[in-house]
Order: sequence, then structure tokens, then C-alpha cells
Amino acid sequence: MSDMQTLYLMVPLAPLAGAILAGLFGKTIGRAGSHVVTILGVAIAFVLSIVIYQDVQAGNTFNGTIYTWATSGNLKLEVGFLIDQLTVMMMLVVSFVSLMVHVYTIGYMHDDPGYQRFFSYISLFTFSMLMLVMSNNFLQLFFGWEAVGLVSYLLIGFWYTRPTAIYANMKAFLVNRVGDFGFLLGIGLVAANTGSLNYAEVFAQADQLAAKSIELFPGSPWLLITVICICLFIGAMGKSAQVPLHVWLPDSMEGPTPISALIHAATMVTAGIFMVARMSPLFELSDTALSFVLVIGATTALFMGFLGIIQNDIKRVVAYSTLSQLGYMTVALGVSAYSAAVFHLMTHAFFKALLFLGAGSVIIGMHHDQDMRNMGGLWKYMPITWITSLFGSLALIGFPFLSGFYSKDSIIEAVHFSHIPGAGYAYFCVIAGVFVTAFYSFRMYFLVFHGKERFGQPHDGHHDHHGDHEDEEVSHDHHHGLAPGQKPHESPWVVTVPLVLLAIPSVIIGFMTIEPMLMGEWFKGVIHMSEAHPVMEELASEFHGPVAMALHGFTTLPFMLAMAGVVIAWFFYMIAPGIPAAIQRIFKPIYLLLENKYFFDRFNEIFIAGGARLLGKGLWKGGDGMLIDGVAVNGTAALVGKVSRLSRLIQTGHIYQYAFVMIIGVFLLLTFWFTG
Amino acid sequence: MTGMPYLSLAIWVPIVGGLVVLATGSDRNAPLARVIALVTAIAGLLVAIPLYQGFDTTTSSMQFVELAPWIPYFNINYYLGVDGISMLFVLLNSFITVIVVIAGWEVIQQRVSQYMAAFLIMSGLMNGIFSALDGILFYVFFEASLIPMYLIIGIWGGPNRVYAAIKFFLYTLLGSLLMLVALIYLFLESGGSFNILDWHKLPLAMGVQVAVFVAFLLSFAVKVPMWPVHTWLPDAHVEAPTGGSVVLAAIALKLGAYGFLRFSLPIAPDASQAMAPLIITLSLIAVVYIGFVALVQTDMKKLVAYSSIAHMGFVTLGFFIFNPLGIEGALVQMISHGFISGAMFLCIGVLYDRVHSRNIADYGGVVNTMPKFAAFFMLFAMANAGLPGTSGFIGEFMVVLGSVQYNFWVAFAAATTLITGAAYTLWMYKRVVFGDVANDHVAELEDIGAREFAFLAVLAICVLAMGLYPKPVTDVLHTSVNELLRHVAVSKL
Repeated sequence: MSDMQTLYLMVPLAPLAGAILAGLFGKTIGRAGSHVVTILGVAIAFVLSIVIYQDVQAGNTFNGTIYTWATSGNLKLEVGFLIDQLTVMMMLVVSFVSLMVHVYTIGYMHDDPGYQRFFSYISLFTFSMLMLVMSNNFLQLFFGWEAVGLVSYLLIGFWYTRPTAIYANMKAFLVNRVGDFGFLLGIGLVAANTGSLNYAEVFAQADQLAAKSIELFPGSPWLLITVICICLFIGAMGKSAQVPLHVWLPDSMEGPTPISALIHAATMVTAGIFMVARMSPLFELSDTALSFVLVIGATTALFMGFLGIIQNDIKRVVAYSTLSQLGYMTVALGVSAYSAAVFHLMTHAFFKALLFLGAGSVIIGMHHDQDMRNMGGLWKYMPITWITSLFGSLALIGFPFLSGFYSKDSIIEAVHFSHIPGAGYAYFCVIAGVFVTAFYSFRMYFLVFHGKERFGQPHDGHHDHHGDHEDEEVSHDHHHGLAPGQKPHESPWVVTVPLVLLAIPSVIIGFMTIEPMLMGEWFKGVIHMSEAHPVMEELASEFHGPVAMALHGFTTLPFMLAMAGVVIAWFFYMIAPGIPAAIQRIFKPIYLLLENKYFFDRFNEIFIAGGARLLGKGLWKGGDGMLIDGVAVNGTAALVGKVSRLSRLIQTGHIYQYAFVMIIGVFLLLTFWFTG
Repeated sequence: MTGMPYLSLAIWVPIVGGLVVLATGSDRNAPLARVIALVTAIAGLLVAIPLYQGFDTTTSSMQFVELAPWIPYFNINYYLGVDGISMLFVLLNSFITVIVVIAGWEVIQQRVSQYMAAFLIMSGLMNGIFSALDGILFYVFFEASLIPMYLIIGIWGGPNRVYAAIKFFLYTLLGSLLMLVALIYLFLESGGSFNILDWHKLPLAMGVQVAVFVAFLLSFAVKVPMWPVHTWLPDAHVEAPTGGSVVLAAIALKLGAYGFLRFSLPIAPDASQAMAPLIITLSLIAVVYIGFVALVQTDMKKLVAYSSIAHMGFVTLGFFIFNPLGIEGALVQMISHGFISGAMFLCIGVLYDRVHSRNIADYGGVVNTMPKFAAFFMLFAMANAGLPGTSGFIGEFMVVLGSVQYNFWVAFAAATTLITGAAYTLWMYKRVVFGDVANDHVAELEDIGAREFAFLAVLAICVLAMGLYPKPVTDVLHTSVNELLRHVAVSKL
């Protein structure tokens, strides 16, 4: 094994070692010991990622096997690494955000009895996520895919006594399993038709795959590649929370805020985006699949954004914003702008982690009150949180020169250039989405940081339910909120330093990297774009440097819409707070639709969950109980019983009766004999 | 390879040891009985280990063969041997026996010597089933193994144990009667041989093959158990003591599946091919239908019993899609299910010993009082749901991949287990383990002790080790499975 290979191996193994130490020996090494070993592990992963990044930049990529997991027939199931530009970018993002979240956790989970367990879980997550992005084959991809799902499950249910948390984590796992179901079938189709699970070997046969068709229903052949891509994308829909498999993500906010930032915003939920970008050589061959991706993404981008507008829980606003932004990334995938999707994935990881951690800081300051209606004017008390959140929000709405501007604007332009079916709809969605994003982001910003100070008042009328569960507000483990007269306070340095360190890339990373990543050759040979979908080339032809792009950005429609959103939010929530309530009254049906989140949850609970239970009961009582046991088994037994009861009548045990029967028999025999 | 008769040792060490344990008599000598039982079980495992070490993975022919005349008049021989298909089960069985003896250490306080003896003798008999190469020898072991299990359920079982024991006994006995007919027919047809390997080469007409296949099917399907002859299993599990459930799930269910590979497929290959759609359909019904039934169970043991049926559906599915992924995946699934279902029943046993209830509704918030136990239970629950990194994943993954080759919709139906398996397992886990302390019983729970920790930890290591590195297991299978597939592909007509 070469030196570099040892480094590759150490990147995931260092956090794993930290996770094992904190998990199994947490009691022995104590709280400080646990956060030291896990942070050390993740820090090693981050530093090594930088080393590997420089190595990759020098042109050294790697694709090789670490060990053979199993073999069967001609199929090799292996564990191996693919280290290229896409991988190393993901490694940097994952290990950096994870490191920030680890440090932040020291402050956020300070009083929690499950301190060691929490550190163990987030390090285990980091390991799983790194295995996922570094994989060179579908098996390991699936391994990482499910492993991050497991850790997400464990972390959403971290406060395991809260009914809402343990409901949410099971929901998250099961909805993800629905996605994985499709994903596994996609992998199965790949294996069955190429005889390999290795990316490079599969991609080498992509053209042969494109020539094949599969008859799913008699008489209607489908292009095999379309079926494969749609199956794989269903996996992405689960993990990256695309409509209609998005329902788990808002509920996942039941978990502690650091993991909302790390798992449910910055990294895990982007695994689906990463996966599709990785599979670009396959997706490029099926316009049908791309259209499917596009429409799903566009729907998510706009319609999930609407839901952000009516949330009052600070974390839920950010959660819906994450859904919407994931939709943007998916839209980019659909129009073959994979590099733009990955670019937005990266910028989003920074500013969304920042927004979540900022929200977490606010929650600490508010003594674990998450209701924005109890906040206001926090800028005075939490200056660092305020400023960094402002930068995060500006990045999110795509303010020129900030990172989110470069990535989001590129996506919008790419959609504009695209001609695949659904592009028109998608363009409308992403444009309208800009306004919606700006509106809900700054609604949150103004409600939290500006205006009247509404905290420290006796709670009264604010308990009309918002979100899924009526008892959500009271269910928080240590929810108290500020006592009357109490003031919020700025969070300790372990919280604010990560905020600052995340704010820096949120501001500058787009400006610095758009040229190489989107317009240059960084992803050449890694992300494949067919000549039929030249959106990135068209984008590059109009690009004249990041400064020109940002300056031009001030004159475009998205900027106007974003500013309109900010101004209207300011007007509604700072100047004339009566307006939103009035709108709510006038458009009651729409409000109800949004309040119930388009009734997805209700539908799933009644028809899917309820239906499954009903079916199970029916099969159990009806099938097993009545038919098989009732009729077949006990029926047979009863029949045997009846026959034996009849025969028992004859076997009375009285000799005179037997003798009598014998005599009759002899008599009958004699009669036959003589008459015959 | 030395000349040691390892297979005979694997069979007779537990049986003889079991008789010695039995001889210790009444419960006054219970401590002695336990110690002898443990020593015997460990010795049984130790004599089985050379089977793996000395195993030659390059040949598909039988290894560690022992041949001696038994009843020469009928040409019945004491003929033993293992190949890649059967060897691992001897190991698994010997291993599980050690676990079961430890698990019954304190829990069983009545008729200790008889309890331990029953398990040891059963272990020897089951090793006999996996290594017998003579039809009658197989049949004798196959039937004889019913008796200890019958006694275990009937004596140490729950309130409804007699119904369950008789249902178990009759169900499986009736199933195997036709097998005896088939064995005798094959004896006559082959010109007076009970050698199973001779039967593999025996040309048979299609009609005869179908008849033989059906006769074996009835016997094996009950054992597996396949839908719709599965209803004895939940009853048997519910009434059986923990150890009985462990052996039942981990080993006894594998006997039927093993029978398909040793008898049905090689002896009647054409009929197997022709009947494959039927078996595949029944297997898919087991996976889908039973998945939903498991979801609504209120009794933890019943839930795991139904989950066993669904998992075994994967095994029979894998066998009858006739490709290496399918059969090897199915075999891996059998081994893995041995660990996982055993562990699940042990976990339920741990709770039952404390609260004396298997009702899900009687629990809630167990994690608050038993955090160590909750961690183990989580691992096994996830393994039961087929999470990658655990052994439960490999078999399902391979069988699904294999079924895609066979037919997309078959794979589609099979893959629903990803959802249903997770749903029934995690929903149970949530209701039992998570949440606030539900009642006084849960509040008074004591976390697992050293003995419980030991056997759960050993199983956890097995589940994880196999999940992370299954190659040592799959390497054993390759040659034999490929030979079997080659054999099945050649028509006997």
C-alpha cells in the first residue's frame, strides 16, 4: 500500500476510531476525553483531506480496491476508494463542516447527559459519510448510504424519551427505506446487466446499457438506462428529501440542532445529489430520467419553499429552506448542470450549516425556546450570532458576491439554457423560488433579530399548533424559554467560533471557486456531460469572471425578486404586522393547505401506515387464522377427530358386543359363501 | 487432513455428553449438570472447528468422509461427509449450542439435567442431519431431532405448550412421511442404494421427478417453513422456552432449506426447474404477506417468528432462481439468520426473564433502565432489518441482486422487505425500548449481567464480523454451489 493509500484509509478511519472510543469507553474517558478523541479524529480527517486535495490538484487521482468483501459467480463485491476531484471536494466539505459541528457541540450539548453518546454518533456519521463519498463502487455506496441513515435515525431519536422524536426517527428511517428500495433495484439492474458494481467498469459499459431495453410490462419496452436511472434517483429522492419522499426531513428537526446542521442540511441530505452527479455518465444517456429528475426537483424547490413561509419554529423554517435548496440542486442535475449542482451543494453546506448553527445559538440564548414569536430584537444581545446569521441569510437568498449568489444564479441560468422537457416549468419554479426564499429567510431574520423584544413574557396565546405534533413545543427535553425579565445572552466561544469560521466560506467560497469549478476544467473527466446537453458550455461562454458576474447580478430578475422578498418581509413583519394575519384570513384555504403541508403526512398516516396495518391484520386474522389454521390445519385435525369419534363408537371394549359383531360377520360370510 | 473422524465427534460428543448430563439426575446436582453441559458444548464446538480449518475450498466433493456399514441387509451405511453447503451449518449448530447452554444457565431451575441433555442430544442429531450422506441415516437423524424439541416445548414451555408441541410434532412428522416414501422409492429405483450421492446421478423420468420433488417439498416446506404451512412456527416459538426458540430459529429452520439443496435440486433437477415458479411465488408470498402480518403482532416472540418466516422466504427464493448470487446469498442468509434470530430471541428472553411478559404493550422506555441491553438490541434489530455492515444485509443484498437477473418484478417484490422488515422491527423496538418509562415493571428493570452480556456480545461480534467481511464464509460456498448449479443445469431426462 502506497503512502497516499494509507492516507486515504486514515481519512474515514480516524473518525471511526473516535466514535468507537467515545461510544464504548465514554464513561472511562469522560466528557472531555470523549470530545477530545472525536474532535481529534475529525480534525485528522480534515487535515488529511487538505493534503489529498493538494495531491489531487497535482493530478494524482486514485481508483483501487482496499479489500474484497465477497465474491459470487463473476461478481466481485469490494470495498475500495475512488479519489478524484468530486470526491476530494466532498471530503473537504464533510470533514470541515463536521469539525465545526463537533466543536460547536461542546457548547450546545454541554448539559446533556448523553454527551459522550452524541459525540460518538456524530463521529460515526462522519465515518459513514466519508465512506459514502470515497467509494468506488455501488456496494460501498449503498453501505455508506444506509449507514448515514442509521446514524440519522439514532440522532433524530437522540432524546429517546420524547414521543415526537422517536416517531420522527422511525418515520425518517422508513421513508428513507422506501428510497433505498428503489436504489437497491437500480443497483441490481446495474449488476445484472454489466456484471460489475465498480463505477469505472459500469461507466465503461454505459453505451451498451443505453442500447438495451427491458420489458417491464408485456408489450411496452423501456430503455434499460431510463429504468436504472429512475430507480437510482428514487434512492436520491429518499436521502435528499425530494417530493414526495420529503416528509421525513421537517420532522427530523426533533434531533439536537448540531445534527440538523451537519446531517439534515449540510452533508447527508446532499448524498443524493452527490450520487446523481457521480452517475452522470448514466443519467446523461436518458432524457426521460433527466426530465423526471428535473420536474421532481423543481416541484420541491418551489412548493417546499412556500411551507417555510408559515413556520414559527425557527428550525423548521431552516428545514424547509433546506428542502427547497435541495430542490434547486436536483433541478441542476436535471438540466445536466451537474457541476452547478455540486457547486451549490458546497456553498449551501457552508451557509446552511451556518444558519442552523446560528439558529442553535439563538435557541441556547433563548433557553431552548424555538418559537420565533417569542423572539425579536436579539441583535443587541447576540451580536456574533446576529451578524453571522445575516451573512448566512444573504448568501441563501443569492445576494451578489456571496457564495449562494454564484451557485444559485448558475443553476437558474443553466435551467434557462436547457431544452429538455420540463425545463420551462422548472425555470418558473426556480425563479419564483428566489422570491419565496428571500421572503421566508428575512421573515425569520426580522422576527428573530429585529423589532420588538417579545421574550421573557408569560406565554399565553402562542400555543396554537404549528408543525406536526400538537405537543411539540412542550415536548422538548429541557424546554423552558426565558423567564420574565430574563435577557438572552451571547453563546460561549465554542459556539461562536464555528459560526465565524462557517461565515467566512459562506461569503467568499463562491467568488473564489466558481471559475475553476464551474467554468474551468476541475470536473473534466469526472462529471460527464453529453453533447446533447451543452448547458454548461453555454454558461461558460457568457461568463466573464466572478466580478462581472456579480455586477451583472444586480441587474437581473432574480436579484429584483430577492430584494422584493426582503422588502416585503420587512414591511410585513416590521412595519405592518397586521398584514400577514389579514392575508391568512383572506386566503384561508391556501393557508390551510400550507399549514397541513399539502396533506402529505395525513395521507401517509391514513393510507400507507394505516393501510399496511389493516392489511397485516387482515392477512393475520383472515389468512393465517381463519383460512390456514381454521380450515386447513384445525379442520384436518377436526376431521381426524370426527373419524376417530365414529370409530370409537365401535370400540366399546365390551366383549359381548365384539362377539356379537363377529358372529354377524361369520354369518354374513357364510351366507355369501353358500349363496355365491 | 488427519484421519480424525471429526464429523462423528461433532455428532457423538454432544450426544454422549448429553447422556452423561442426564445421568446426573435430579435438580440437587443441577450445578454439576450445568458444568458438564457447558464443557460438552464447548468440546462439541472445538471438534467442529477443524472442519473449517481443514476444509478444502477447491473441491466440490465430500470431505471428512466416514463410511461404515450399518444395516448391510438393506445396504444402509453410516456414511458421513460435508461439502461447502453443509459444513458451515455443523459449525453454526455447535456454536449455537454453547450459547444456548449459557443462556439457560440460571433461567432454567427445574429439570436442569434433562433440559441441558435435550439440547446437547439435539445438537448432535442436527449435526448428523447436516453430515449424513445416507438416505436412511439422514431420515433417522431428521426424525429423531423432533423428539428433543418436542420435549423442550412440551416440558419447559409456556401455558399453551401442549397444543404448540403437538402442533409442531404432527405438522413436521406428517410432512416427512412422504419423504420416507420417496427415499424408499429412490432405493428401489437405484438398484438398492441409499447413497444420496448415487441418487444425484440417477436418471429419472419427468413424472417421477415431479413426484419425488413434491414428496420432498412437503417435508422440507413444513420445516423451512414456507407459506402456507408455516402456522406451527409462531405457536411453537411463543410457547417454547428461550433456548428452544433460539435453536428452532437458528438451526431447525435451516434443516428444511438444506434439504432442498441436498435432495430436491440435485435428485430432481428438471422438476426443480419446472416447479421453480411455484416455489418462487410461495417465497415471495412469504416475504410480502408475512412482512405485513409481522407488522401487527402484539407479542414480541410472534413478531420475530413471523420475521423468521419472511427471512426464510428469501432463502427459498434464492435457491430457485438458479444463479450463484441467489444460492450463495440464500446460504449466507441462513447462517446470518442463525445469529440474528438467535440473538433476537435471546434479547426477548432477557426481557421475559425479568418481566414475564412478551407483550409489546407491557413495555416502553426500557432504554432508561437497561441502556446496555438497549444497545445490543438495537444492533440486532438493525441486523434483522438488513442494515449493511451487519450479517443480515449480505444475504438479502445478494438474493435481490440475483433475482434482478431472474426477473425484475420478482426482485421488486423481494426488495419490499427493505421497507417491511425495517417497519416491523423498528416499530417494535420503538414501542419496547424508546420513550419514557412506561410502568413500574420497566422502572425496576436491572440491566444485563455479565453472563447475558457475554452471550450477546459474542453474537454481536459474529453479526458485525460477518457483515464487514463475509468473504471467509462465501469462499467456502463457491465450489460446491457452482458444482450444484452445473449439475442442476444438466437434464436427467
